[in-house]
Amino acid sequence: MELRLSGTGGQGLILAGVILAEAAGIYEGKRVVQTQSYGPEAQGGASRSDVIISADEILHTEVERPDVLLCLSQEACAKYAKDLKPGGTLIIDPLFVRDHSAAGGARVVAVEATRIATELGRKLVANVVALGALCGTTNVVDFATLKTAVLARAPKGTEELNRKALEAGYEAVRTKAAAAPAADSRR
Amino acid sequence: MTKVLMQGNEAIAEGAIRAGVRFFAGYPITPATEIAERMASRLPEVDGTFIQMEDEIASVTTCVGASLAGVKAMTASSGPGISLKQENIGMAAMHECPLVVVDVMRVGPATGMATLPAQQDIQQARWGSHGDRGVIALCPSSVAECYDLTIKAVNLSEKYRLPVMLLTDAEVGHMREAIAIPERVEVVERRRPDVPPGDPSFQPYAAKPDGVPPMADFGAGYLWHAEASTHNVRSDLASTDHKSADFLHRRLIDKVEKHVREMTFYSTRRLDDAEVAVVSYGVSARGSAGAVELARAQGLKAGLLNLNTIWPFPAHLIEDLAGRVRAILVAELNAGQLVREVRLAANGRVPVHHVGRFDGLILTPTEVLARLREVL
Repeated sequence: MELRLSGTGGQGLILAGVILAEAAGIYEGKRVVQTQSYGPEAQGGASRSDVIISADEILHTEVERPDVLLCLSQEACAKYAKDLKPGGTLIIDPLFVRDHSAAGGARVVAVEATRIATELGRKLVANVVALGALCGTTNVVDFATLKTAVLARAPKGTEELNRKALEAGYEAVRTKAAAAPAADSRR
Repeated sequence: MTKVLMQGNEAIAEGAIRAGVRFFAGYPITPATEIAERMASRLPEVDGTFIQMEDEIASVTTCVGASLAGVKAMTASSGPGISLKQENIGMAAMHECPLVVVDVMRVGPATGMATLPAQQDIQQARWGSHGDRGVIALCPSSVAECYDLTIKAVNLSEKYRLPVMLLTDAEVGHMREAIAIPERVEVVERRRPDVPPGDPSFQPYAAKPDGVPPMADFGAGYLWHAEASTHNVRSDLASTDHKSADFLHRRLIDKVEKHVREMTFYSTRRLDDAEVAVVSYGVSARGSAGAVELARAQGLKAGLLNLNTIWPFPAHLIEDLAGRVRAILVAELNAGQLVREVRLAANGRVPVHHVGRFDGLILTPTEVLARLREVL
């Protein structure tokens, strides 16, 4: 499975990709490649983190047609949504992404990652909320595994915050999926 | 075996430490900086020394000093920095000073595209400093190979007393893969003199049969001169002595060229019954491997030769291939650099084609396959 996590530099998307790759590659023993692309700026500018997860050897290292695309900026959505594989899934934070028409007929899942993170007390953990939502939507890794990987990376004293953020993101999409399976694609 | 998710650049730093490197001097540059960062945090843990120098020239020169004093040393940079280091890489070669120089290649010329991959320093690694000398350059195409080939680079530099280049690129340097750290690795120590310090019979540049002289640590009590001009076996200046010059200059070439097979590392994929061979290295070997699989799925008998050793160029592998396939395609991120060597080795026995790009993007399997179809 090929996943692309995209947004703006400083949103923690490269770290989110690394955590996802660790969950799959270290804790679940699958083959993984994580790559990234970013501009010369430390903050701002387009940023993306790609993860390939496979049971088999991974040859080409770059994601060309992602199965799953996470967008935390309108710019990223405009740039990458057209690359989604047919039948792929687009996950957006509606605070940033107003127009996802570029995704065509893809399944669209909206998760208010930034609002949820802000309510938990730190806007900074929106990346972890998004990671939870990504897991809840795709089951690309086991949720328990992902939690282990997140907590292994969480700075001391922030474990509880990160755990809550991950669970909130996961629950947000699970509840929604149970309530109205197809509703999001008609946004 | 422990498995860890690591960047290529981090794996280079860890491999270096595993091979006994205890000195790193460098100057930050994208996309090589993670090597310096990792060395800065790791070296103090193993009683090593990290120093950020004022520039790239000082970085490599400081490493030469550390190595002359008996410590395994490494520096890392990218194209613009490697261009600056070349003068003293040549000096290290003349001193016969073991050293590893990592070049995480990015798009040039000049400052080019700082964050994006290229393989444009292939011929620079061979001919970047003036004069004739043997050169060793290794090229990893995965994070695991970054770890493994860094150890081999350190070992070869110590065994053959010369600066060894590790040529990687922004893609392999920055990507992360889960790698298993091997429990055992072979680590080579440089040969030290077999006479005690102060022995008047000591000749610092008298080579053993393999062409490599034992090396005394500076400060250990042996009298010798690290002379960058042509010198005799006693390390005295001999810059008008043709006999000493021929002996020394030939030895600098032969100690590498006569051991090419021992220095050749490579892997193959579906090459045994291939009718067309892709020859590639580094990140381009990944896209090429994908192309070979696509080709096979379409009934095209393609195979891959992935060269981990670029210099000394393993001509014997190409000579063998030239007798077995109908065409060779060289895939690399440049306008045609290693393809020259492949053509020389193939010597007209088989057509040698090229696929390359140098716009900051890497070669995709479909792109290499399309070129394969074109050349057949």
